[in-house]
Amino acid sequence: MEYLIFIGIGVLFSVGTYLLLCRSLLRVIGGFMVISHAVHMLILTMAGLNTGSAPLVDLSGSDSTDPLPHAVILTAIVIGFGLTSFLIVLAYRTYKAHKTDDLEKLRGADNE
Amino acid sequence: MSNIVVLPILIPVLAGALLILLVKRHRLQRFMSGLSAIATLAASLYLAVYTYNNDGIATLELGTWPAPFGIVMVADLLSVTVVAVSSLVGVCCLFFAFRTLHPERERYYFHPLFFFLITGVNGAALTGDMFNMFVFFEVMLLSSYALIVIGGTKFQLRESFKYAIINIFASMLFLAGIAYLYGITGTLNMAHIAERIDGLEETGALPVVAILFFIVFAMKGALFPLYFWLPRAYYGAPIAITALFGGLLTKVGVYAIIRTYTLIFTQDVAFTHHFLILLIAGFTMLIGVLGAVSSFDLKKILSYHIISQLGYIVIGIGLFTPLALAGTIFYYFHHIFVKTSLLLFSGVVERITGTTDLKKTGGILKTHPSLAWLFLIPALSIAGIPPLSGFFGKFALVLESLQEASYLIAFVAMFVGLLTLFSMLKIFINAFWGEQKHSNKQGETPIMDVLAPVLPLVFLTITIGLGAQWSFGFSMEIAEQLLDPSIYIDSVLKE
Repeated sequence: MEYLIFIGIGVLFSVGTYLLLCRSLLRVIGGFMVISHAVHMLILTMAGLNTGSAPLVDLSGSDSTDPLPHAVILTAIVIGFGLTSFLIVLAYRTYKAHKTDDLEKLRGADNE
Repeated sequence: MSNIVVLPILIPVLAGALLILLVKRHRLQRFMSGLSAIATLAASLYLAVYTYNNDGIATLELGTWPAPFGIVMVADLLSVTVVAVSSLVGVCCLFFAFRTLHPERERYYFHPLFFFLITGVNGAALTGDMFNMFVFFEVMLLSSYALIVIGGTKFQLRESFKYAIINIFASMLFLAGIAYLYGITGTLNMAHIAERIDGLEETGALPVVAILFFIVFAMKGALFPLYFWLPRAYYGAPIAITALFGGLLTKVGVYAIIRTYTLIFTQDVAFTHHFLILLIAGFTMLIGVLGAVSSFDLKKILSYHIISQLGYIVIGIGLFTPLALAGTIFYYFHHIFVKTSLLLFSGVVERITGTTDLKKTGGILKTHPSLAWLFLIPALSIAGIPPLSGFFGKFALVLESLQEASYLIAFVAMFVGLLTLFSMLKIFINAFWGEQKHSNKQGETPIMDVLAPVLPLVFLTITIGLGAQWSFGFSMEIAEQLLDPSIYIDSVLKE
């Protein structure tokens, strides 16, 4: 099961990297979103995929899943949410100011 | 256990939240903001003194959860000094911003964002938990994205997007690094990670994780080859914000390198420290200073110098001996003082002449001699002229690299020092000497009120230079504490 998910993470990472290298502002943001999900899955898988019960049900701690990755991923998702919304607003303002969403045209001349 | 460890984080975060409510009330907002910045400074100085008297380390378990399970805040000598210096730089830049920032920009949440930035910087320095460090990095970076674009000019919007994307990508790699580290050690507490890594039998995956973390922090700290975003992103923002970033933001990345590479990743010193970090340090110094030599704009030259000076700071981690690490720490603080004051002075020059293009400036020495001579002090200090602070940091680093037989890095460091002096003199000759190119009316611009907030920083670069016996001794103490990770581990895990 772990190997299957690792392959999935690899695919997500490569798709995200491809999108990050695109010229359109929105696709770059999409690339960031895909990569962030790949990383969240990586955290879950690196901690080990268990089938135990929730730690609250079984207080002995012997047969329960590790709760820490879930807490970590939840925090990371919230941070990613904030970042995404900020980036989208930033991209919109950039588009309004420059009348283009093509990063190639946003290189800028040296002497301005 | 001591609750004051959390004060330098708590005061700015509460102040930031309060200032969001006061954003429409201009005078009250400024008053509260100045007051909270000074309160943060007072709290961090108190924490520094407290920690120093408490055998140099104080910890706080948040919510009284015992150490490896809950989040710990650790105040050791390095982190309290970083916090104290950051708060001081924050106060100086804030009071400078009162005088120079456009009211329109100030109204768009400059004050709350400023305090959230300080929260992130102080939190990243004080935390003892790897994931918590990521969270504080994000707090700091998200406010920096908003601050760097404040005002929304076309140039700012264009460069901020690139700045934001590269830093967000670095954050994603940071998270991936944390995932790997958790997979290997099964814990996120830095002291616990260090302890468990020591007992590992197979350490094959660790160098990969070490390099991943180095890439992350190098991206945030603008080291070679991932420095290209810095000069242009810093160029667009108002100067009070650029100075704050130049003094603090990249330093937090370097702080994280110092912390992780003395505490956690010390298994393969020959490769990670002596080879990788030294190589990167050499290139960073050289490329940064070449950028400074080739540009002809005051703000751009100073931004490129941030990069080249970061190279110096990392040399000591690469050499990894007590004296070299002390040199690194001395240089770290010297650079915060000097770089912030230079950038703020360039803001004063812009205020007088209306431009930072060195071809259109000149003759400020005649109209504003106090600014010119004050500028000369940090300019000579950054080039490493004794008895100012830059000399002692460079001296320790070059001496130690000669003793460790790394002749090439010593040569590069001295060569870059020469080019630094050259570009500082270029600024001085073109902006302060020569014929006066600004009008007589501009020549009467009052500057005393904007020079005042910079004076403490100039005073400090002279003091830690003249009092090097004491200040270098203190850096030595910090270095020795860093090189003995058992102090950190034992005080967190209380074994």
